Amino acid sequence: MKKKSTFNNCLWIKRPCLPLYLWIPPILVLCASFLPLVYLIIRTIGVDSQLLDTLLRPRVFEVLLNSVGLALAVTVSGCMLGFFLAWLTTRTDLPAKKFWTIILSLPLVLPSYVGAFAWVAALGPRGLLQGWLEPFGVERLPSLYGFWGAWIILSLFSYPYVLLTVRAGFRGIDASLEDVARSLGKNSFQVFREILFPQLWPAIHAGALLIALYTLSDFGAVSLLQFNSFTQAIYSQYIGSFNRGVAAVLACVLVLLTLLILLFQFRIGGRSRYYRSSAGALRRVPCVSLGKWRYPALFFCGSIGIFALGLPVMVISYWLIRGWIHHQSVLFGAEIVWNSVSASGLAALVAVIAALPIVILAVRHARRSTQWLERSTYIGHALPGIVIAFSLVFFGVRYVPFLYQTLFMLIFAYVVHFLPHAVGSIRSSMLQISPRLEDAARNLGKKPFHVFSSLTLPLLKPGLLSGFALVFLSCMKELPATLLLGPIEFQTLATKIWNATEDAFFAKAAGPALILVLVSAMSIWIIFSQEESEKGR
Amino acid sequence: MKDKGEEEGRMLNTEHRKTKTAICCENLCRIFGEVPAVCGAHLDVNPGTFFALLGPSGCGKTTVLRMIAGLEIPDGGEIKVGQRVVASHNRNVSPEKRKVGMVFQEYALFPHMTVAENVQYGLGRCDDKKMRSQEVLHLVGLEGVETRMPHELSGGQQQRVALARALAPKPDVLLLDEPFSNLDAALRNRVRTDVRHILRQTKVTTLFVTHDQEEALSLADEMAVMMNGKIIQTDTPQNLYRYPASHQVATFLGDANFLPGRGRGQEVECELGSFATQNSCSHEVEVMFRPEDLELIVDAQGPGEVVDIEYFGHDQLLHVQLDSGTRLKSRFVGSNGGLIPGSRVQVRVHEKVITYPSPYGCPINQKTEVRGQGAEIP
Repeated sequence: MKKKSTFNNCLWIKRPCLPLYLWIPPILVLCASFLPLVYLIIRTIGVDSQLLDTLLRPRVFEVLLNSVGLALAVTVSGCMLGFFLAWLTTRTDLPAKKFWTIILSLPLVLPSYVGAFAWVAALGPRGLLQGWLEPFGVERLPSLYGFWGAWIILSLFSYPYVLLTVRAGFRGIDASLEDVARSLGKNSFQVFREILFPQLWPAIHAGALLIALYTLSDFGAVSLLQFNSFTQAIYSQYIGSFNRGVAAVLACVLVLLTLLILLFQFRIGGRSRYYRSSAGALRRVPCVSLGKWRYPALFFCGSIGIFALGLPVMVISYWLIRGWIHHQSVLFGAEIVWNSVSASGLAALVAVIAALPIVILAVRHARRSTQWLERSTYIGHALPGIVIAFSLVFFGVRYVPFLYQTLFMLIFAYVVHFLPHAVGSIRSSMLQISPRLEDAARNLGKKPFHVFSSLTLPLLKPGLLSGFALVFLSCMKELPATLLLGPIEFQTLATKIWNATEDAFFAKAAGPALILVLVSAMSIWIIFSQEESEKGR
Repeated sequence: MKDKGEEEGRMLNTEHRKTKTAICCENLCRIFGEVPAVCGAHLDVNPGTFFALLGPSGCGKTTVLRMIAGLEIPDGGEIKVGQRVVASHNRNVSPEKRKVGMVFQEYALFPHMTVAENVQYGLGRCDDKKMRSQEVLHLVGLEGVETRMPHELSGGQQQRVALARALAPKPDVLLLDEPFSNLDAALRNRVRTDVRHILRQTKVTTLFVTHDQEEALSLADEMAVMMNGKIIQTDTPQNLYRYPASHQVATFLGDANFLPGRGRGQEVECELGSFATQNSCSHEVEVMFRPEDLELIVDAQGPGEVVDIEYFGHDQLLHVQLDSGTRLKSRFVGSNGGLIPGSRVQVRVHEKVITYPSPYGCPINQKTEVRGQGAEIP
């Protein structure tokens, strides 16, 4: 009544609610995203209390410590590496910066298990290098297996997350701020610590979170390197014993771990800005002259490039050629490529279609509820692939046996897991479309659906395409879910590589690995070219 | 209950007006969360006029525009476009059915379409699209750019494409949201006269929103001043400047001097002497003088001293400090007769003055239509 008296004489109009067709599809997608987690919890609650005792066994603690330790170590080293390389490629006069940027961010497209396989094949105790050194009496190289190997390899393949976010951070910083700080009498170190670093913090943070989640959920590399991590333990429990309750309990612990990391990220509040600052172009970027340090810098970039990118590619090619010469069975059926491409393509298509209504709701009808809805879809990405697969196996066997071990189940898992990729890229594209454009179109007499099809959709194209490419790329690389959920006899490039390397049959893995790398590079190229075209507008 | 009679009178009044207005807003309200952006705004725009809605930034004027266009749903009140109620408590016509054209502040040209496609976007199937788009592009003086993309055009050209696009479907009324604010100062004056010229030719009723008083005064046939979500005063630019309804309106539209005074019917007494007033008044009042109504005469015994001179070329503003400490501004065109800071002066007043009962504004002139109470002074 009080409020009403302030605006007396007003006729109160009832505000229409958002129409149902805007609400229902996102809510359905959200339910799907939560299915694995919810079912996992239900399943764990159902486990009898004896099983819970398994949790308290010292071995579980050991595995837990292994996983956490590895995640920490990789995050720290990956952040340092990524940050340093980002600085080198944005703020110094390093020769051929553009070239190094591309080379140094490419390791991202290599699946960790391909990298691990290449490293083992080349530098393992009885790898290529040992073979070459044998005439000099080198019997064995130091072991690459275990913590040290996993640490080095995961750092090498995950630092690009930080490189990319920090690079964007460096480019988004208003150069005049540094000039102001310098004019106020700060030296370059103080400027770095007091001006640059605080502004880069969200970027570092976002990258670090990605690395931590990546490491925690990695399955392929750690199992190849015989490192006892949680994902590995879950898998062996699942495969090795009939009592899958233990695996469920372990999966729950892993989920708790990832949730803790997310919570931690939320607390220190590294929330990055979504809107691109209007700056960027036409600006003189401050540049540090490396002087004679440029040679060590070049050497450093070169060696990272070689270890993270050159070595895997060379090893794959080597095994391929060697296998060819020795008439080993390097060939594999085309249906494997087709399986990979069709499953990933279908999943990418479904993910983009599912992400679209969520983004429209969250961006165009931004309010607390819709933004929470959008953020909730990220749960699928926070869950390690093996956990999602695992929970869906349970669910499939129990409730939908006719879908269990069908392509449908696999695609469902892919979509739930990688939906955030699609949401993210469509969202950033959507944010660049001014709502005024849609207003103008309505104003010119077009119905909402016509506005959507003639205006929003064409303008969203770059975001849709790069979202598709990103999900496609991730699905191609995905291993644990493909192993657990794929139909029987359904082999993809990823499972083929994994099976071959498990048996140390490197020549057999080389062909699929090469094709995987090529397809990945192609989708990365699509993503980059879409970003370029967005900038061009 | 004394309001009841007034209320009925007003209703009758609006009944009468409704038959001839092009846009009519009654009691319009829009509240964002807890913040009332627009509360109880009344606005009548006569057909064929070029109407300015002037207000400081954040006063809710763009929200009014968006509500008329249907892009924002009001929380209360009624909007009529022509004879048709487009928004009321039980009705909300969607924007595409309102036949209201709008030119957006940032033009909102569709970046993936050519100029011609942009202009044709709003045309129906039965229209001869090509003819009409050529017609309007000719009208805005943009022949020969049909195949260009929006980003290949200059700011002024983009503005005209946006105008052409809005005019193409022959809207009943045209709304312009801060149409000239994105242009640089040199271009703005030219585009302003161009746009007015174009819209005069089309004879379409135009409502435009601006925070630039000079723009509103120089372009509009009629204008309304909006503050804190309410329309304070509606009149012709001349009358608004001459007879502002309140202290706020007076200071917002141009420079104004205020002195405390004591009213006696058609006369008021203040520090500068006794003056005839436009409106009858009594008791404690505020007297308003426009700077150009004050004349300064060199006089060693005068009650004021020149303390500062702002020189603008075509005119100059002299700051005079009275012995009471009050500062006045006086505008001179041309030479000021050798006044320098430190000169003692006598102050004369040319015109009838306007008084406001302090601290609230009140109706002054029968011709001027005054709405709302004005903004409260904290």
